[in-house]
Amino acid sequence: ALPHLPALWSNTRKTHSLQDLRQQASIAAKVFVQRDYTTGTICQFQTKFPSELETRIDKQQFEETIRTLNNLYAEAEKLGGRSYLEGCLACVTAYTIFLCMETHYEKVLKKIAKYIQEQNDKIYAPRGLLLTDPIERGLRVVEITIFEDQSNGRIEGR
Amino acid sequence: MHLGVSESMREREYSQISTRSSTPMESPHQKRVLRKKWQAFPGQNKFYCDGRIMMARQTGVFYLTLVLILVTSGLFFAFDCPFLASALSPAIPAVGGVLFVFVMGTLLRTSFSDPGVLPRATPDEAADLERQIDVANGSSSGGFRPPPRTKEVLINGQTVKLKYCFTCKIFRPPRASHCSLCDNCVERFDHHCPWVGNCVGRRNYRFFYMFILSLSFLTIFIFAFVITHVILRSQSSGFLTALKDSPASVLEVVVCFFSVWSIVGLSGFHTYLISSNQTTNEDIKGSWSSKRGKDNYNPYSYGNIFTNCCAALCSPLPPSLIDRRGFIQPDTPQPAPPTNGITMYGATQSQSHMAAATPLLQSEPVMMSDEPSLPGRTSLGAACASLPLGQPTPPTSTPSLSCDADLLPLQGNHVEGQHHFLTPEEAPSPPGMLHCGSPMGQGHPHGHAPGHGVPFYSPASQDSLHEDSVRGLVKLSSV
Repeated sequence: ALPHLPALWSNTRKTHSLQDLRQQASIAAKVFVQRDYTTGTICQFQTKFPSELETRIDKQQFEETIRTLNNLYAEAEKLGGRSYLEGCLACVTAYTIFLCMETHYEKVLKKIAKYIQEQNDKIYAPRGLLLTDPIERGLRVVEITIFEDQSNGRIEGR
Repeated sequence: MHLGVSESMREREYSQISTRSSTPMESPHQKRVLRKKWQAFPGQNKFYCDGRIMMARQTGVFYLTLVLILVTSGLFFAFDCPFLASALSPAIPAVGGVLFVFVMGTLLRTSFSDPGVLPRATPDEAADLERQIDVANGSSSGGFRPPPRTKEVLINGQTVKLKYCFTCKIFRPPRASHCSLCDNCVERFDHHCPWVGNCVGRRNYRFFYMFILSLSFLTIFIFAFVITHVILRSQSSGFLTALKDSPASVLEVVVCFFSVWSIVGLSGFHTYLISSNQTTNEDIKGSWSSKRGKDNYNPYSYGNIFTNCCAALCSPLPPSLIDRRGFIQPDTPQPAPPTNGITMYGATQSQSHMAAATPLLQSEPVMMSDEPSLPGRTSLGAACASLPLGQPTPPTSTPSLSCDADLLPLQGNHVEGQHHFLTPEEAPSPPGMLHCGSPMGQGHPHGHAPGHGVPFYSPASQDSLHEDSVRGLVKLSSV
């Protein structure tokens, strides 16, 4: 529990507040969860728990987050009747249909952004952590920023 | 966006920008206007229409393609169609029109869209990766010759080696490759096509395929109907008179005759690639050919042709990862004390500056591993594998130029070290002279010691290396 940080975390509703956070609490470290290519080129992240987070969050919680993210990305790239239909329709309209309609992938990306926001608000922010949406890092990594624990003046997480 | 109007307008515009993009706190204090990301893009691409259009640096051949298609089709509609519509059927110009629109649409789509460029690593990521690599290699600092930076991954039972890209500072995902013409890593890199003036990768492969397919139909269509036109005319007035009456037909026939072989051949080749779920890059290197090994198979193939085709053509279109039109957010610098000389936290003005700065920290020249590498601009003889004989030489669609994707760190300090790789290999070779075992295919692979793995460099590559080294120096000096 971090005493004066919750005051900051409570107004993490909007994105720019999270950036306030970044200014007021200094960054102790950043952890990068890399991609997992064992199932191919589909976007999946490794569920291995980084050691730097051991003191901040429990393993189950973290793995749950990553697993949900993986499922969401799998849904985005899923091949199925729906994606074929969208592909054919797009081809027939010479791809102009995307001027008025969002692609399936984009819709899921919005879902993912919301999920990450929600996870940050509920779980990660109160623990002095911040998840960055992988799309902002080119879907290469899930970047987790560890903020300094200012409650007892120590720098943690490095 | 509407800059250059009066001061008061600009103030208002500016404050609108800050709320829309939710820029950090210091924006009210900044008087300078935020730039868009495409303006600071580190690759060699050119952008138009405020970042909406993205193309390669050299676009001359693309304009040639456009001219050829427009002129030939224009002549067809102007001179042959009136006759054909009245003599045969008005459906002919209609079908021709539809084909033409489809060809232009797919061409523009292929040329103007982001092929699937992977954005370069942020400084923090790069530092983290460096640290992991150093730990894995058991050395604390770079040393003279750091071992090759590769990672092995098991994909669907097949071992695939992921290579580290020195320019982009990432481990390339499987099937990605670094295009040295555009200086970007591209996902599912197929080849760099000068005819469309862009790389062909994950995001625009389907448009490219549709383009060559529809162009094949259009070419055959025009060819057939122009011949029909001339024949019909000559039945009434004699062959030479017919030619005199419609001189445009001669030009059209000539253009179509010469292009039909290459276009139809290319369509056939790509149809084969799609049905086996391979990229041109992989096919040319023979990555999944059974000649490599008994158990060598393509881990990405879905097993049947239908699914492979659907996956290539109808899969969900991934979004662009580079966010060209977003505004650059200047992050507030939050430096944490570096643990060793290499680590760097915090960010500065823009990513591109930092990306250029990080080489500074790696003081030693990173030596190439014993893996043979290829330079940028070699136009492969193998590229012509897709083209039947009789075609004029380059520019042909050039498959991955940095094919062995062990991307040459294109920084100046490597030039000396690499001289011993030079072999007197000529760059483009005319089609039909496929070097057997074209440069790419030589058992390069992912690190097996090739039996005859002579690394190939062409004299032409020297220039690109020099150019790149100058570029590298310029970047460093700008920091």
